[in-house]
Amino acid sequence: MIPHLLSMQDLSVDQITAILDTAETLKEIALRPIAKVPTLRGRTVCNLFFEDSTRTRISFEIAAKRLSADVINFSAKGSSVSKGEGFKDTALTLQAMGVDAIVVRHAASGAPQQLTRWVDAKVLNAGDGWHQHPTQGLLDLFTIRERLGHIEGLRAAVVGDVFHSRVARSVVQGLLTMGAEVTIVGPPTLLPPRVDTWGTAVSHDLDAVLPKTDVLYLLRVQQERMGEQFFPSSREYARIWGVDRDRLARLPEGAVVMHPGPMNRGVEVTADAADAPNSMIQLQVTNGIAVRMSCLYLMLGGEDGRAADVGGRGSNSERVEA
Amino acid sequence: MTAPISATVVLADSDVARALKRMAHEILERNKGPDRLVLMGIRTRGIPLARRLARQISEIEAVEVAAGSLDVTLYRDDYARTGPRPLGQTSFPAEVDGKVVVLVDDVLYTGRTIRAAMDAVMDYGRPQAIQLAVLVDRGHRELPIRADYVGKNLPTSSEQEVRVHLAESDGVDEVVVATAPASAASATTPLATAAGPTRPTSPATARRRA
Amino acid sequence: MSGFTLTGARVVDPAGGRDEVANVSIDGEIVVAVGGQVQGTRVDADGLVLAPGLVDLHVHLREPGREDAETVESGTAAAAAGGFTAVCPMANTDPVCDHAGVVEQVSRLAREAGHCDVYPIGAITRGLRGEELAEMGAMAAQGVRCFSDDGMPVRSAQVMRRALEYARTWDAIICNHAEEAALTWGEGGRGATAGGRGSGGAAGGGGGADAAQMNEGELSSLLGLAGWPHEAEEVMVARDLILARGRGARLHVPHVSTAGAVDLIRDAKARGARVTAEAAPHHFTLVDELVTSYDPVYKVNPPLRTKDDVEAVRRGLADGTIDAIATDHAPHPPEQKEQEWAHAPCGMLGLETALAVTLTQLVGAEPVGTELVGAERPVLTLSQALAALSTNPARSRDIGGHGGPIQPGGPANLVLFDPAQRWTVDERALHSRSRNTPFAGTQLRGRVVSTLLRGRFTFRDGALA
Repeated sequence: MIPHLLSMQDLSVDQITAILDTAETLKEIALRPIAKVPTLRGRTVCNLFFEDSTRTRISFEIAAKRLSADVINFSAKGSSVSKGEGFKDTALTLQAMGVDAIVVRHAASGAPQQLTRWVDAKVLNAGDGWHQHPTQGLLDLFTIRERLGHIEGLRAAVVGDVFHSRVARSVVQGLLTMGAEVTIVGPPTLLPPRVDTWGTAVSHDLDAVLPKTDVLYLLRVQQERMGEQFFPSSREYARIWGVDRDRLARLPEGAVVMHPGPMNRGVEVTADAADAPNSMIQLQVTNGIAVRMSCLYLMLGGEDGRAADVGGRGSNSERVEA
Repeated sequence: MTAPISATVVLADSDVARALKRMAHEILERNKGPDRLVLMGIRTRGIPLARRLARQISEIEAVEVAAGSLDVTLYRDDYARTGPRPLGQTSFPAEVDGKVVVLVDDVLYTGRTIRAAMDAVMDYGRPQAIQLAVLVDRGHRELPIRADYVGKNLPTSSEQEVRVHLAESDGVDEVVVATAPASAASATTPLATAAGPTRPTSPATARRRA
Repeated sequence: MSGFTLTGARVVDPAGGRDEVANVSIDGEIVVAVGGQVQGTRVDADGLVLAPGLVDLHVHLREPGREDAETVESGTAAAAAGGFTAVCPMANTDPVCDHAGVVEQVSRLAREAGHCDVYPIGAITRGLRGEELAEMGAMAAQGVRCFSDDGMPVRSAQVMRRALEYARTWDAIICNHAEEAALTWGEGGRGATAGGRGSGGAAGGGGGADAAQMNEGELSSLLGLAGWPHEAEEVMVARDLILARGRGARLHVPHVSTAGAVDLIRDAKARGARVTAEAAPHHFTLVDELVTSYDPVYKVNPPLRTKDDVEAVRRGLADGTIDAIATDHAPHPPEQKEQEWAHAPCGMLGLETALAVTLTQLVGAEPVGTELVGAERPVLTLSQALAALSTNPARSRDIGGHGGPIQPGGPANLVLFDPAQRWTVDERALHSRSRNTPFAGTQLRGRVVSTLLRGRFTFRDGALA
């Protein structure tokens, strides 16, 4: 059982494998005439978003609803909460209401971990600051495994703004845990401090890395980083680290291209490269739902998965046909 | 596995074969042929039984009848108490709309698994009918469910354990009734033990092997 | 005589070069005899250490402006409970202590409370903005000896140079918050509040979206928190040492936290610069690994650094590069600290744990009664530790009457502590209004028994007097 899903770093090979295997089965639910199972009836999942992310929120919402959980959306953005006041109070309120799981997105690194100190609910990190976005990393692993059959031994290149990327931290750790080789590629100013301790190779030369890459993972380059002089211009970035048709052609046969979205077409990836046949970008989005269902399924079962105390539980329990 | 105090073979391999053959005939008779049949084995031992029934029916009727597999884990009523279990594949050999879905399982006991299986089938379409075939009906129903085709009715006490062994998974076809001491039985049925007994008359020893 | 005599204590007086069991007799405000017979009432101090009252060069008393976090009264009570007889509150209050009025107010509040002597630090620049010099003369006339914009660095080299020169008028000390903002404040620029991001910043984390959050390194990389590079401290210390050199100006470097800064100060001292330095207990005991909890009680400016830095600060204390242990006592109410890491203000309590943390972590085993007490890897003798907590800070800031020597005719500013007593820090039992001590739940060795200010008990037998 996974107590909370805070960081890819907390997950073992076995746990990741269990999540991916479960997701594989759950993915089929979407194809049914009634795309819903009753498993999480009576469980309440709260999407607590201190930062806008419609894509991630909807993905979690669909996942929870396909499992029949009740879903509450709490958008704390724009209120005084987003400035930090009341973070603990918000947590205590949800605790008092007895939600079973909190899916939290926050601009501040570590906020999901802090939340676990104040609530009994299972906490799922839906992205915190530059720190982690574990379900994104898991859906990427799922997509790679689904498309290429395995993860161990693959050569992955993670390209771009690793420094400010929660996705990169989750993806890189997940790939390493599952036995892939990872090369981080980008301008030195966008590499995290002490990247030498990450257990990856590091390169500044994308063209040299491409022919030895099975999975090309492109990160979003935020335009505002340009203003902060991490690199001189988006034109220069695109020229050196952006991916276009010509660069795609340097990849080995069968290699795949991934991106967590939303893309900056014309900066880290050109439009035609983003839509190339080996682009997994749409598949990643589809798989996100199954992977999030898997996490909810694996975390919310058992007495332990229910936060709210329910009177009479255990005294009037049903027999199990094992 | 701890040895039970006593274990009695109640169906030997030839008994199992005869029972399945009879059930195949009954299924055909009742449904006036194989045309609308969709055989669905409930994971895990229902799956080989469904395949065998399908084979019997194919031989009798000289038409190909396929069997599917049904995993009811997501429909079980004990998720909130015992936690998540590994999921199995569900595959239907055909659309279920307007068909007669025959659910196949090894032992019919409380009926909860069958309730879950019916809910699962309904999510895949609207069958004309759902029927139930089981190798052993051991009684002790907790839901208003009964089997349409039964290999053997086997009155048991809830202290006893009914084990179905099949060649596909266990190397031999047989049905064994065992009476085990509570401590030994709990070692072989951890899931049931985790759920906890619900009343004094239904200790963990009553579970058939998972 | 009408006074009393403390009997049987081990008198450790770095200023007087004394370390022996001796009776100390006090009459009125002054010590009348050391090593003599019992005079007046006998006060048994067997097994305890008697030392000059502790002096803290760096505290935040929060008044005026943030009385929810601390007041002059509560902060000085905490000081007395921690064995301090003199503290120097920083200027980043609201209003800022950049004119004589606030100096007068804080001094008056301290006198009324009577827990310990308070020597306010004046601001270097008006409003701590780093632009125009504050009216140092008016504050100096009130007795201010040190000026600091603590919490906010004086970013302009020109302003800093002028401040160092101008302060020479009174041979006063300039203490610059050593943080190169360009490396730590991020794109959003300076903090939104007057307090900025320093330990004084009572409200808000301040800084831009990318403002530094913790020591830059392997852990900041992993935790996704903006790094606070050691260079940010060292660049500023180096600049200030260069500006002070040759000007005959007095520079004090607060809260030294990096190995590089220790080296810079050591070199400057070797060349004869008029520089003094302080280190905070958390910087010679705690490391950045604690931040993996994301518990903002560990958020502080400058940040907790690496093990190597902790070792370097200890070496600096041992070889005298760092003159003083100063707490940077920075109270924040729970609702401020219990926020997301990035939003929580920097700062830790220190007054009530400084002596015990120092004894537990730095002082070697020495016989006290029959029990051996001391740190696992001692770097200071008890006398050196007390020099860093009392004598050195008093002298470095021209604070007369504190820091010893303990001698007839001198004011009886003293602390009496049990060097062997073990106790566990209970943040709810502190005298401070706030609870943000990183040592909550930690077992420490050495506990203040009594504190005397000019012969009067301010803290007696474990309770405020």
